[in-house]
Amino acid sequence: MIESSLSQMGAALRAKKISSVELTQLYLDRIAQLNPELNAYITTRPEASLAQARAADARIAAGTAEALTGIPFGQKDIFCAKDWLTTCGSKMLHNFVSPYDAHVISQFNNAGAVNLGKTNMDEFAMGSSNETSHYGIVKNPWDKARVPGGSSGGTASAIAARLCAAATGTDTGGSIRQPAALCGISGLKPTYGVVSRYGMIAFASSLDQAGPMGRNAEDLALMLNTMAGFDERDSTSLQRDKEDYARDLNKPLNGLRIGIPKEFFAEGLGNDVAKAVEAAIAEYKKLGAVIVDISLPNTRLSIPVYYVLAPAEASSNLSRFDGVRYGYRAPEYTDLADMYEKSRAQGFGAEVQRRIMIGTYVLSHGYYDAYYLQAQKIRRLIAQDFVEAYKHCDVIMGPTSPSTAFKLGEKGDDPVQMYLSDIYTIAVNLAGLPGMSIPCGFGDNDMPVGLQIIGNYFDEARMLNVAHQYQLATDWHSRVPGL
Amino acid sequence: MSLSTQDVEKVARLARLAMTPAEIETARAQLSGIFGLIEEMQAVDTKGIAPMSHAQDVAQRLREDKVTETNQREAFQAIAPQVEGGLYLVPQVIE
Repeated sequence: MIESSLSQMGAALRAKKISSVELTQLYLDRIAQLNPELNAYITTRPEASLAQARAADARIAAGTAEALTGIPFGQKDIFCAKDWLTTCGSKMLHNFVSPYDAHVISQFNNAGAVNLGKTNMDEFAMGSSNETSHYGIVKNPWDKARVPGGSSGGTASAIAARLCAAATGTDTGGSIRQPAALCGISGLKPTYGVVSRYGMIAFASSLDQAGPMGRNAEDLALMLNTMAGFDERDSTSLQRDKEDYARDLNKPLNGLRIGIPKEFFAEGLGNDVAKAVEAAIAEYKKLGAVIVDISLPNTRLSIPVYYVLAPAEASSNLSRFDGVRYGYRAPEYTDLADMYEKSRAQGFGAEVQRRIMIGTYVLSHGYYDAYYLQAQKIRRLIAQDFVEAYKHCDVIMGPTSPSTAFKLGEKGDDPVQMYLSDIYTIAVNLAGLPGMSIPCGFGDNDMPVGLQIIGNYFDEARMLNVAHQYQLATDWHSRVPGL
Repeated sequence: MSLSTQDVEKVARLARLAMTPAEIETARAQLSGIFGLIEEMQAVDTKGIAPMSHAQDVAQRLREDKVTETNQREAFQAIAPQVEGGLYLVPQVIE
């Protein structure tokens, strides 16, 4: 059952071949067995999960089940979930039991889905290796000496190890796509504004976007149907007609124009990754696609621009953590300012403090024009590169990450090296475009390689079609790590 | 770009982060490296380019000036570090 697609699982549940309680227990048993080593989940509450499963079974019996009713999902610990400890990977929120549900959580609850637990992540989603979590490193199921990627590393590891049917992630600079690539699973970051950010703990508000992560494109389409939609509680949520993201899955790819940006295959890309991605593009040619050479000349600048804008927004968003209303408060202090300074210094980890400092600096008096404003102007140049490119192609393809999963601790002491590994994903967030990663082979040390598919605005249904057709022709997405 | 110890101390103070002299020194070295990466931006000619704050250039929605949230004081204060009589407690600010 755990290798079935979400639609097969849903059908089996509705046909009463298996109950949601049985399916949930199956995953809870796997979590009990494998999570102590992988550390993919921060919090599980088996009784709460089983209560949701019993409610789902009642709904199935009553004949009111929807597509996801009774299916067990993991939820990234960035989403506030009522009565669940919601830590965002930080000591700052070590005791934060959320009094409310994020919009994404409500959507899953309303659909009758089961919450299996809260998945591990880099602290406040700041990291590319899941090593900044206060709750310990997460291991990559393909090689437990390697990172799962980040920041949605717990979600990616849990899906690869079959510790959930699928799970949620969030992506500010690549945090869905990069861990999906490194763990050999599929993940989609929608167009900015498609999924509500309400109750999703903020990192960089103009870039943050939630999305589905799972074993294949078809599953992602079903999840996105549940997650997407207008929500007035998020001021940047877009008012659009409801759409069925699975509607185009079975369209043939004849004549599809795939843009290949030369900047994505330049210096810095690992040979093993290049080989797997080129083989995937060759497969697309066999499926009827046409290759178009394109250029995204400002790709290189996306890293400096991102590392100004994201920390600036983070320093502002994270100013709310002051030890007054919720979260961590230092045990000893002399006055109010000392309480703020000690609570924040003790509650935030090193990477979060580093980014708060970068953001505070670039926003401080006398530097705003040189850094923040200049970065926002170059952001427009980066977005315009894509607008120009989409005059000549329907989707853009390239690698998701320059290398496969690296060893735990390998890049830990060098923030600049870690930041450079986000080169292929960041521009997509800056432009607000949808991007996804699907498995397309294995590189050195038999570690998974991800193919990135970047779509035009609101073109998620086409991207899912493009991914699904590849997954019908290949079996990389159904490979399972030996555990 | 190289930041001075004073620069980093000032930023730490603005960000309300207590740091020891050793932590300031580590932060100075790392931030200098990161700003070296960021400096690449300065050479780009952006004359006449409008800054982009959001991908979709949509206008901010307005809503009626009406209370829509329900009172959840008890639920919210149940998770606060220190409360008394329905108030959040902090060290004395005014003598």
